[in-house]
Amino acid sequence: MNLLEVKNLNAWYGATQALFDVSFDLKQGGITTILGANGAGKTTTLRSMCQTVKTSGEVVFLGDRISGLATDKIVRMGMAHVPDGRGTFTDLTVEENLRLGAYSRKDKDAVSEDIEGVFEHFPRLKERLYQQAGTLSGGEQQMLAISRALMLRPKLLLLDEPSFGLAPLIVQEIFEIMRNINKTNGVSMLLVEQNASLALNLADHAYLLETGNVVLSGPAKDIRSDESVRRTYLGY
Amino acid sequence: MDGFLLQIFSGLANGSIYAAVGLALVMIYQSTHHINFAQGEMATFATFIAWSLIENGMSYWLAFFLTVGIAFVGGLVVQRIFIRPVERAPILNNVIVFVGLLVIFNAMSGWIFDHTVKAFASPFPTVSAVFPKYISGHQLGSLGVTLAVLLVVYLFFRYTPIGLAMRAAAQNPDSASLVGIRVSWMLALGWGLASAIGAVAGMMMAPVMFLDPNLMAGILLYGFAAALLGGIDNPWGAVIGGFIVGVLENILGAYVIGSDLKLTVALVLIVGTLTLKPNGLFGRRVITRV
Repeated sequence: MNLLEVKNLNAWYGATQALFDVSFDLKQGGITTILGANGAGKTTTLRSMCQTVKTSGEVVFLGDRISGLATDKIVRMGMAHVPDGRGTFTDLTVEENLRLGAYSRKDKDAVSEDIEGVFEHFPRLKERLYQQAGTLSGGEQQMLAISRALMLRPKLLLLDEPSFGLAPLIVQEIFEIMRNINKTNGVSMLLVEQNASLALNLADHAYLLETGNVVLSGPAKDIRSDESVRRTYLGY
Repeated sequence: MDGFLLQIFSGLANGSIYAAVGLALVMIYQSTHHINFAQGEMATFATFIAWSLIENGMSYWLAFFLTVGIAFVGGLVVQRIFIRPVERAPILNNVIVFVGLLVIFNAMSGWIFDHTVKAFASPFPTVSAVFPKYISGHQLGSLGVTLAVLLVVYLFFRYTPIGLAMRAAAQNPDSASLVGIRVSWMLALGWGLASAIGAVAGMMMAPVMFLDPNLMAGILLYGFAAALLGGIDNPWGAVIGGFIVGVLENILGAYVIGSDLKLTVALVLIVGTLTLKPNGLFGRRVITRV
């Protein structure tokens, strides 16, 4: 069974349609990336998974149809979202942000343990535990956003532009950690990135979106060697 | 000197009630960015419920807690029925709903319980156990009750998962729903809590002012002044603001302007804060990227 199956997904902002009959699926345990230029519909695709935009079509998550469900219900089924702009609760402490990530979990006893687990990936957050999250640097806030999402013990992690606005070294660090998390925890990831080369390095499968349509899909290494992708998105 | 201390203590006692009303206003403002004009009238209505429970033979404290419970459920229901449909509507729609609620609750108080002024018993002894020269039994008692309420509210928001979720929902609703919080219900809970806090303020005020449908109309102004002075987005600022307003009003009333013009203090504070320091003493200046 596929982890996620998307069939003929359309999405709208008001009267403006942003996605047109998008279909794709995700395998259990892998990292999939969606590539595309600005305005291609990458972020909208992720938002459609959590139903934070108006959609039609079918999204099946772990065998259950989730299209039309409320966002909080979908999250409770194990889909965590690292939104664009990181979605930090700026006035709350780092610890409170992490605890909120586990808000909808039933096994409250394991939460403190999981916070420790998150620190193994992001030791820097431990030093900032009682600091207001808004005072963190951009990179640290991104780490916090990923950690907060991991606190759900998600089956699928949606990542929206984790490299946005960060220094190249920090980006490398974060992507390396994401690879580790995927290996050790087995969390499946759906990654949206403008930095195509970075995303194709990390992912094992890729889809290419153009103006709301899927125009290309395949294993990441095949996409990487595709002539037009190389020219348009990798720039060499 | 004795007279001065007396004014300070009675200012603190009144101030604690303004603090509670201010806190209730701030709680709703934080999550919706609107001032609930009906806060005072909802509190008055709750106080009438307490009055009729006591009149029908219920013991004071049982009636007190029952009323707090009824006010909580009432606030929740009001949010679900009247506020939720205008959640995303323009600000004027919200204002109209708030004014409508104010008129409805005021009219219901008069219609059900009639407009005659009623005495509302205080559960506290007339003479205070400490500093009997400076503070009456009811003043000390109501100070204690409101401080206890503020403490409970603080502990609730600081240490319980649901309190944390409510803060998260108020601060960043989009992110809150992405961690599985039912944001809309958190708003309703906030209304319930604010309504319950208002009910406590009403029941503490009624023995001092006598009970009639306009009991809380003036108090709401003091509460609003408290919230503005402390910073409308800062709950603890509102509490401190409440005490400042209470003491200031009493001292100015006793020594400077006379007790007839006391309400002017609140109005001057409101206008003064808005023109000189719109973010209040402890509020944050919000900078929005457009």
